[in-house]
Amino acid sequence: MDQQSGRRLLLPLAWLWRLIASPKAGQPLPEHWYVRPLAVLGIMLSFLIAYAVGSDEVPIDVGRDVGNALDDAVDWLTSNVSWFFQSIKDVMTWFLVSLEDMLLWFPWPAFIAMTGLICLLMVSWRMAFGSVAALLVLAVFGLWPATMETVALIIVTVTLSIAIAVPMGIWSSQSDRLDVFLRPILDAMQTMPSFVYLVPVVAFLGLGNVSGVLASLIFAVPPAVRLTNLGIRQLPAETLEAAESFGATQRQMLLKVKIPLAIPTIMAGVNQTTLMALSMVAIASLIGAGGLGLKVYQGLGRIEPGNAFIAGLGIVFLAIIMDRVTQALTRRQQEAVSGD
Amino acid sequence: MTAAEGRTALSIRGLYKVFGDSDLEGLELSRSGQSKDEVQEATGAVVGLRDITIDIAQGELFVVMGLSGCGKSTLVRCINRLIEPSAGEVWIDDRAITGMADDELRETRRKDLAMVFQHFGLMPHRTVLENVALPLEIGGVARRERRERAVNALELVGLADWIASMPNQLSGGMKQRVGLARGLAMETPILLMDEPFSALDPVIRRDLQDELLALQSSVQKTIVFITHDLNEAVRVGDRIAIMRDGEIVQLGAPNDVVLNPVDAFVREFTQDVRLHGMVTAASIMDSSAEALAGPTEDRYVVREDAVLDELVPAGLSATQPLQVVDDSGNLVGVIPLQRLARAMVSDEAAAAIAAE
Ligand SMILES: Nc1ncnc2c1ncn2[C@@H]1O[C@H](COP(=O)(O)OP(=O)(O)OP(=O)(O)O)[C@@H](O)[C@H]1O
Ligand SMILES: [Mg+2]
Repeated sequence: MDQQSGRRLLLPLAWLWRLIASPKAGQPLPEHWYVRPLAVLGIMLSFLIAYAVGSDEVPIDVGRDVGNALDDAVDWLTSNVSWFFQSIKDVMTWFLVSLEDMLLWFPWPAFIAMTGLICLLMVSWRMAFGSVAALLVLAVFGLWPATMETVALIIVTVTLSIAIAVPMGIWSSQSDRLDVFLRPILDAMQTMPSFVYLVPVVAFLGLGNVSGVLASLIFAVPPAVRLTNLGIRQLPAETLEAAESFGATQRQMLLKVKIPLAIPTIMAGVNQTTLMALSMVAIASLIGAGGLGLKVYQGLGRIEPGNAFIAGLGIVFLAIIMDRVTQALTRRQQEAVSGD
Repeated sequence: MTAAEGRTALSIRGLYKVFGDSDLEGLELSRSGQSKDEVQEATGAVVGLRDITIDIAQGELFVVMGLSGCGKSTLVRCINRLIEPSAGEVWIDDRAITGMADDELRETRRKDLAMVFQHFGLMPHRTVLENVALPLEIGGVARRERRERAVNALELVGLADWIASMPNQLSGGMKQRVGLARGLAMETPILLMDEPFSALDPVIRRDLQDELLALQSSVQKTIVFITHDLNEAVRVGDRIAIMRDGEIVQLGAPNDVVLNPVDAFVREFTQDVRLHGMVTAASIMDSSAEALAGPTEDRYVVREDAVLDELVPAGLSATQPLQVVDDSGNLVGVIPLQRLARAMVSDEAAAAIAAE
């Protein structure tokens, strides 16, 4: 790339960087008389440049080079840090297998009855009835082992997500810098097409449930981080002021006031995380995760859309049950905390 | 005014607070004598407080009042530094709060400065007892003592039966009682109250004022009490400071402020106060030598601190001027009946006579 085009690239980059990296991002541009004329001039200039250089093509293209460099980096990591990924994989596999064994050891009628009871106590008799019916359908359709495998996957994914997301959210609620830094990363995690990271995940961890969990994590973590952060930031100033007037330290403030008060919002984050994890079940099966997702994948592969549909319905059933239960939990917390 | 003559417990010296990005610039202008509006015009900075100097005595109930936005909340919050003053000093006894490091400030907030808030500031996730005990928990008081002190404070405000309730089960008046109990349980020598009763209806407000006065006569705290209601100020205050645009325009005893307003602004304020409870025998008596020498009737003797309402029965049956005596029974003045009648006609007339 020649020097001139390099310089052309740098200026807007510098502006963009200031806009993103400043902790007060989102503030309007300074109100000087020259800001607006300058903006108009800039746009006119860009047309002139386009005319001079020829606007059919951007004069430089480094996309391939950068992409190739990234490929090399991934290669290097897989061959040199494999021991690290292998140990992660071993630990997580052990957890997943134990959990799944436990769930399968549990007699299926007992599992269904217990789910019904939980729904009855926390949601409504209607939901209890619905959940029992839904799980019975899955059982008689021969999907019980797959359902339990999916439940195990979800439990592990959600537990890990919360273990990562809640502390992260709390931390970013205390630091504007971290908040501003994390925001685009969280955006990327949620909008980056999952196929893009499926391949590197497989490169690091191979095919299997662990890869599935990791791919789901990328998608499931952001909402819990966001909602935890938001929940703490949006607490009423008056309540916090009172705690401050008692001489609370930052730590006491966080542990005794902020986190307990933010629990309903954090719970809403957990609910979102659960649904995100479930929505990744089918995609995770592309990289070797088992359970209902795999049944969907297999059904489609064998051109058996009926079977794929039934397995897909199973995912929907699980999603509804988990959503209603976690929502009921959130509501309870909210009632306990509302209406000061 | 015995309290006001005591030892100074809280001293505010030359306090300024200027809000905004150009606060330093604003502070300079404010210091050089420009008004709040002028400073805002020139720099965009908002002057919250301008050169406030007050000495508050141990055991005094000091009231700060003024219209919305005059800087009352800013003033109390500068005392415990919930708002950082731009300039000036705040002293408790011989320690300057301004200038304390963070840990020292925390310690002072725990030990010396309790605060009661207009909107209560209760923690919705904690029971009434846990709410009252929270400051003690934060201050590292042992569990048993915490409970004991919290229960005592709740008994004091008449909420002993509500210990296990959640705040959202209480009415506004009860919530503010919890807030008060929380402040009392801290057992600090100083209590800051930012419009503690403003969110309550008039009846409950009066009850709580009475309760506060009863408490104050037993615990003798130094209290800074914010209100925008002059009736409340007159009722509870030992001294009253009236603020406007971040400055104190008048500071004095309640009847002094009501009877001798320094300017039209204060007079406007004091218009609505019922004067009959405020005008005393001493304020309308004639203490000139010829009046004292004149004829009086021995049966109609009134004390000098008797208020106008108490003078009425004597005034109705007397035929000669009433005698006014001090605590030890010495004659200090007389009230001609004509003057008494004039004072009773209207509040304005009474104030006019008092000002003579
Ligand atoms: N954080 C802030 N930033 C900028 N200006 C502020 C801030 N806090 C208060 N002010 C300004 O300071 C002035 C005094 O505010 P303050 O809250 O002390 O008034 P107040 O007398 O307590 O009024 P009220 O009776 O409504 O509570 C107001 O003009 C207000 O706009
Ligand atoms: Mg206020």
